[in-house]
Amino acid sequence: MSIILDKVNFSYSEGTAYHIQALKDVSLEIPDGQFIGVIGHTGSGKSTLTQLMNGLLRATSGSIYVDGEDIYDRDYNMKELRHRVGLVFQYPDHQLFETTNFEDVCFGPKNQGLDRKEVELRAYEALRSVGFPEELYFQPPFDLSGGQKRRVAIAGVLAMKPKVLILDEPTAGLDPAGRDEILGLVSKMHRELGITIILVSHSMEDVARYVERLIVMNRGSVMFDGTPKEVFPHYKELEEVGLAAPQVTYLMHELRRFGLNVDTGATTVKEAAADILRALQNEGQRK
Amino acid sequence: MGIIKASKLVHEFIRRDEEGNVESITTALDQVDLDVKEGQFIAILGHNGSGKSTLAKHINALLAPTEGSLWVDGMDVQKEENVIPVRKTAGMVFQNPDNQIIASVVEEDVGFGPENIGVPTDEIWQRVEKSLAAVGMTKYRNHSPNKLSGGQKQRVAIAGVMAMEPKCIVFDEPTAMLDPNGRREVIRAAHELNREKGVTIILITHYMEEVVDAVYIYVMEKGKIIMDGTPRQIFARVEELKAHRLDVPQATLVADELRRAGLDIPAGILTRRELVEAILSVRESRRG
Amino acid sequence: MIRDITIGQYYPADSAVHKLDPRVKLFATLIYIIALFVFRGIAGFAVITAALAAAVHISKVPLSYMVKGLKAIVILLFITGIFNLLFTPGDVVYWSMGPFKLTDTGIQNAVLMVVRLIYLILGTSLMTLTTTPNQLTDGLEKALGPLNRIHVPVHVIAMMMSIALRFIPILIEETDKIMKAQMARGADFESGNLLQKAKNMIPLLIPLFVSAFRRADDLAMAMEARCYTGGAGRTKMKPLRYNRRDAVTYLCILVFLALVVVCRVFLP
Repeated sequence: MSIILDKVNFSYSEGTAYHIQALKDVSLEIPDGQFIGVIGHTGSGKSTLTQLMNGLLRATSGSIYVDGEDIYDRDYNMKELRHRVGLVFQYPDHQLFETTNFEDVCFGPKNQGLDRKEVELRAYEALRSVGFPEELYFQPPFDLSGGQKRRVAIAGVLAMKPKVLILDEPTAGLDPAGRDEILGLVSKMHRELGITIILVSHSMEDVARYVERLIVMNRGSVMFDGTPKEVFPHYKELEEVGLAAPQVTYLMHELRRFGLNVDTGATTVKEAAADILRALQNEGQRK
Repeated sequence: MGIIKASKLVHEFIRRDEEGNVESITTALDQVDLDVKEGQFIAILGHNGSGKSTLAKHINALLAPTEGSLWVDGMDVQKEENVIPVRKTAGMVFQNPDNQIIASVVEEDVGFGPENIGVPTDEIWQRVEKSLAAVGMTKYRNHSPNKLSGGQKQRVAIAGVMAMEPKCIVFDEPTAMLDPNGRREVIRAAHELNREKGVTIILITHYMEEVVDAVYIYVMEKGKIIMDGTPRQIFARVEELKAHRLDVPQATLVADELRRAGLDIPAGILTRRELVEAILSVRESRRG
Repeated sequence: MIRDITIGQYYPADSAVHKLDPRVKLFATLIYIIALFVFRGIAGFAVITAALAAAVHISKVPLSYMVKGLKAIVILLFITGIFNLLFTPGDVVYWSMGPFKLTDTGIQNAVLMVVRLIYLILGTSLMTLTTTPNQLTDGLEKALGPLNRIHVPVHVIAMMMSIALRFIPILIEETDKIMKAQMARGADFESGNLLQKAKNMIPLLIPLFVSAFRRADDLAMAMEARCYTGGAGRTKMKPLRYNRRDAVTYLCILVFLALVVVCRVFLP
């Protein structure tokens, strides 16, 4: 399922003292099946962007096409769109409300009007996909750890079988172990379910390892759009807007400045270490 | 004796059912020893549920030990009459910036603590002035906290604690809910207070890159202190850190990979600059 | 959107109204409300309008900002208007159908009530817009101080109010987020009959309560950590002291009251 944004603008509280232009002329194409990271700091417009994609917010101007259909057409089914473009919000506490985790995951499919059997089937499937421990299925969601809550929240949207899954800062407030687990899970879901995944984050280092495409947002506009290898060389510009490239990017650039012939496009620790070894070896041989 | 000294500190959370029978006991702190000297910047690292926040709340007498003892500036926290003096000595900054700001105007919030301890009006104003300046928030003194960024809100919270003129401030995961900009702001503010005002800082966090500048680090897991030492000593134990699934900085990880591949890189690399220097010196020695 | 509600939110500006002692503003608001319900005739209305306009002007709060606050009560205004319009008996009946009647008194009453409500909201919101919640509660605490003697916990009530006001905007924003999170799962807060609507609110209310309780817990701890032990032994950063501006304002309020009374008693 493809999403196309054409010159989309969005402002909050138009015509008041608190007027904020959250998005400025954003044009993007999200083809089927990509794993995309949307990066930007607070107020860059990244959350607004995600809420436009599933119709929770309506663009002030511009068009959004989902599978070729204009979602602002009068007879377009918005509710249906929200089933197809699933959005998981930052804090799972904002959506968990049922007496058990299982029942909570059922909420989405129930709203889709499916029969009870299908609803339960989907809930099981979704909880299994997110690796939620079976013994907790029928426990209340309020006592769970942050990471487990997050899983239930993701399952709650996954159960609606969306074609596109948007996760808004799914690692906020988690500790590093929890963060790695959730990011690993999202990556696994992308591989196994074959759906488009849009991961919103303010941490380059976290998403660089997983995504195939990075969209960097700044002040409501798309600043960079490309593979991590294409985006990170702009680390100086990124820094200016308060985003840092991964540490290894800086490391490689500094080594390069000292004349060591390393590949500045390395984005992970393993790549960087291997490349430094290679560069040192090469120098040795040349001599 | 240091400003904060814990000896065999134990804290158990006891859950009871409706009839008051014990349902379960969770040992949040298990024989914790801690010794912090006045003016130090120390860090406590650990995952959620490792007991680090429970420890923090003891230092501020918000929780009382089940067993063992804890002294803050020589005062036994278990004694009822010490509770308020202990809280004056050791201030606390919490995780969620929204849930610790009481007033609807920045300067009034900073004045809240001094008001509580009966500081005269004129002096409250002086303290508010100084504290806001110390965290660089003077410009926002008449603003509503709701319109500030997360990092700014945390700085207001820090000013609120500073205005009580504590000898020590415990930061309980002050950056967990902030974005990278906010995190930098808060950590910088903490270091400045330590350097310029000599305030003892205890930084509790799960981000390793925030603790490289601490003088001493404690790592907690399951209520116990499992590692302690200077940052260099701690960061030299990469395998252990990884096993505990702590977030080792990338520079340290690259250094570790290179060392294991046979390069002569010293253990305990903390920063990118150190790593660059180490790699360059390897290159020099090969050329030489 | 929910976050557009401006009632009760402080609007920072540097104006004489902002600097007034909150007790003066409380008193003024009280007199204003009384005036709204006792005034009669065009002259009385003119006096009130002039007073309100003057106060708004001096306060430097943009009128458009205040009018936006009215959005929240549009439905209330509408219902009040309709009821007065259709159910008031009167001398001249312009139109009638079953129990509904459109009369001269009805039209008059409807206009009067709607104007009254609008003025009421504008006037009271002017107070909250120019007074920080803390000042407001300080004012209340001081004004109600004598009640302490009959064991009314004035300080506690004032503190509760001040915290409630501080958290209203936060909870409103949170409600907005929860609503969106549930809408993203297909929740529907609009359609259905009243019972269904109430039931549909459960996914909104439970997370909201859970979060409010957690916030309350956190806040209590943060207050304790900052040595809060209740009202005893506290000093004030901004103790309330009357100055000349306040005295002049009291005088203005009394003149205003006198004018309204004069208009009611002596003019047709």
